Amino acid sequence: MTLHRLSLRLRQAVSQARHLHSSRSGQQLEALAVEPELPKELSFFRTRESDPACHADVHMGQYYTLSPVHLRTIFPHGLPSRFQLQMKTFNETCVMVRQPALELISHLKKADYSKPAVRYMFYGVNGCGKTLSLCHALHYCHTQGWLVLHIPDAHLWVKNCKELLPSSFCPSRFDQPIEASQWLRNFKITNEPVLSKLKTTQRYVWTKRESTEEGRTLAELVEQGMSRVRTSSDVVGALLKELRLQAGKPMEGREEGLRLAVAVDGVNALWGRTSLKKEDKSVVAPEELTLIHNLRKMMKNDWCGGAVISSLSQTGSLFKPKDVFLPQELLGEDGFDDMDPFVPVPVSNYSEKESESCYLYYMDRNWLQHPHSRTEEGKKELLFLSNRNPNVLERLCASH
Amino acid sequence: MAAARGTVVGSLLLKYGNRFAGSHIVTTAVGRQPVSRQICTSCCLLRKNLAAAGPEKFTEEFIKQQVEEFNIGKRHLANMMGEDPETFTQQDIDRSIKYLFPSGLFEKKARPVMKHPDEVFPKQTAIQWGQDGRPFHFLFYTGKQSYYSLMHDVYGKMLAVEKHQDRLRNKGLFSQDTNQIALVGSRWLRKEELEELLVENISDNDYARFIQLMERLLSMPYSALEEECVQRYRRQLEVQSSKQEIPPLQHDQQGAAFSTAVGRRKTATASVVCRDGGSGKMTINGKDHLQCFPVLQDREQLVFPLHFVNMLGRFDVEASVSGGGRSAQSGALRLALSRALLTFLPDDQVEHVRQAGLLTSDPRVKERKKPGQAKARKKFTWKKR
Repeated sequence: MTLHRLSLRLRQAVSQARHLHSSRSGQQLEALAVEPELPKELSFFRTRESDPACHADVHMGQYYTLSPVHLRTIFPHGLPSRFQLQMKTFNETCVMVRQPALELISHLKKADYSKPAVRYMFYGVNGCGKTLSLCHALHYCHTQGWLVLHIPDAHLWVKNCKELLPSSFCPSRFDQPIEASQWLRNFKITNEPVLSKLKTTQRYVWTKRESTEEGRTLAELVEQGMSRVRTSSDVVGALLKELRLQAGKPMEGREEGLRLAVAVDGVNALWGRTSLKKEDKSVVAPEELTLIHNLRKMMKNDWCGGAVISSLSQTGSLFKPKDVFLPQELLGEDGFDDMDPFVPVPVSNYSEKESESCYLYYMDRNWLQHPHSRTEEGKKELLFLSNRNPNVLERLCASH
Repeated sequence: MAAARGTVVGSLLLKYGNRFAGSHIVTTAVGRQPVSRQICTSCCLLRKNLAAAGPEKFTEEFIKQQVEEFNIGKRHLANMMGEDPETFTQQDIDRSIKYLFPSGLFEKKARPVMKHPDEVFPKQTAIQWGQDGRPFHFLFYTGKQSYYSLMHDVYGKMLAVEKHQDRLRNKGLFSQDTNQIALVGSRWLRKEELEELLVENISDNDYARFIQLMERLLSMPYSALEEECVQRYRRQLEVQSSKQEIPPLQHDQQGAAFSTAVGRRKTATASVVCRDGGSGKMTINGKDHLQCFPVLQDREQLVFPLHFVNMLGRFDVEASVSGGGRSAQSGALRLALSRALLTFLPDDQVEHVRQAGLLTSDPRVKERKKPGQAKARKKFTWKKR
């Protein structure tokens, strides 16, 4: 329905942009040359390839569309809030294929999963696209049938907690029932099919009356955590332990065994400070929170059969100055020692091609309202004012 | 030094002289006296009874004497400073006085000064009546004889032009399209300048009437007859941009063109190096401009000069800025950037840039706090009782 109309509008954009990017892939050129009634490769800022496994360098700078089904399953809680607003406005989910994500996906393809899990870390200035690169990599993992353990923002677990219960398991620690149960809910939506195939390896006793026997499915475990909110943090801990034990082991329906992708956004929260206080007004250290404690154990590379993909974030961090973005500065001494060795993946602002692509995308979506922003000079002004930073560019275009 | 002996202070005398102004002397306005402190004053100043010491001090011979003394003094000063007396200009005099009599006074007009008597002593009219007490000028009793005589003369000229027009109409040679006087690039005399010319005070109404009369003269088709009269009361407007200093174009080792400029705003100073053949990057104090100025308003200020001359992607800008706050720093950078860009622009664009206000340094500074008030403007709580 809209695709045909789309092509008519885009033809102008294509003819404008053609001379700029004549060194596009062979795919593009032949598509433009054919120029059929059906829109083929739309324009150079979009690609039809929606499978992340097939994304290659030729697709760099182009937007690929996420289908709504995938969106609901994989990202119930993963995408940044501004991106979600954009999704709602544009009525589609388009993610740009960029070099850091492609690099990570290629590493994941080539990695040896009999060795301990490799830790990858996205870092870069505020608003340069670390979270979306992480989501792109996760999309790949999910399409390959991995089990995706995605913590959308670890900072949410160390601040603004309404309820802090003392843990039943270990008296010096604190539970966060609301956060844990919510996370379990989202986790279940993402990984339902895989969870029903995995079994627990030991018996877990939650209270005097409740326990989970050995051999029950992990899906039941998660159900238990969701229904009994008080023990949800411990359930999370148990779940992580189970997954750590079973990653890499052979699994029904999969020859190469269970692959586990642990994705943590804002990983520097695990070693930073919290803004939570105990009843006697003393500050809670991150280790004293059950969720954080268990997650830290997950981040160690003592398990095989998967990967740990993380990204740093200054935006939600506590007590960190605004202009730090390097891993050393954000993780701190302890964090860096714990995470060392890891593969750092730098994410930078848009390149010229990418910024061109982004601008055309906004034009295509009729997002730029001001008549001056539709001219060449307006475009230069926008790119200069935002310094090609994706977040700033998006906010600027939203107000113009 | 004999030469440096000063004369009476003009303002003091005139202040007392004005008490008798109605009957004797028509003097100039007190307000715009060039208050200059002469090097030494004579004690006759301090006399209160100045009836005898009235107009004599400013007689023609007196002024002439002052001029001679000034010239002699100038030569002595030149000798003192070891320079050539023949080519000793007023600027040199100022420089020497500043050197010989250094003063820390804030008020520039209160510092020692040695100027030509014409600049020091305000212009005075001579005595307006003869031995028998009858005034010379027929308009003396209007009180503003020069002004009214001027109006009278101009009206006379207007009547002459009308007469000429009537004569032409009688002959049938009258035509509407004649050469008009060129008025572009000139302006009427200001009120202060007119007062200076007439050597008497006039009110705002008088000035307005004068301008009205001149405009009426100009509105007549054959006003070109009285061109010299009109031009006497017009002044040329200077072309502002000819006074603009453009930083020189320099070349670095690789041969790339660049220019440097400095700008200031409030307490912030910025210095900018603008290199040609770049990619539109901007580095401030080694950091990115996005990092330095997270607020959009500041970045817009930076973009404005480049955007105005359509050279956004052409230059690489390296800047350093210190002092002030974020607005002051961005304003200083904007000024410095505009100045640096002038080197790469043609002349007419320089004029456009000047008219856009990019080259005017913002004079606003923090207003001082006054005693008896909480801040510059805020007063303490007003209590009725």
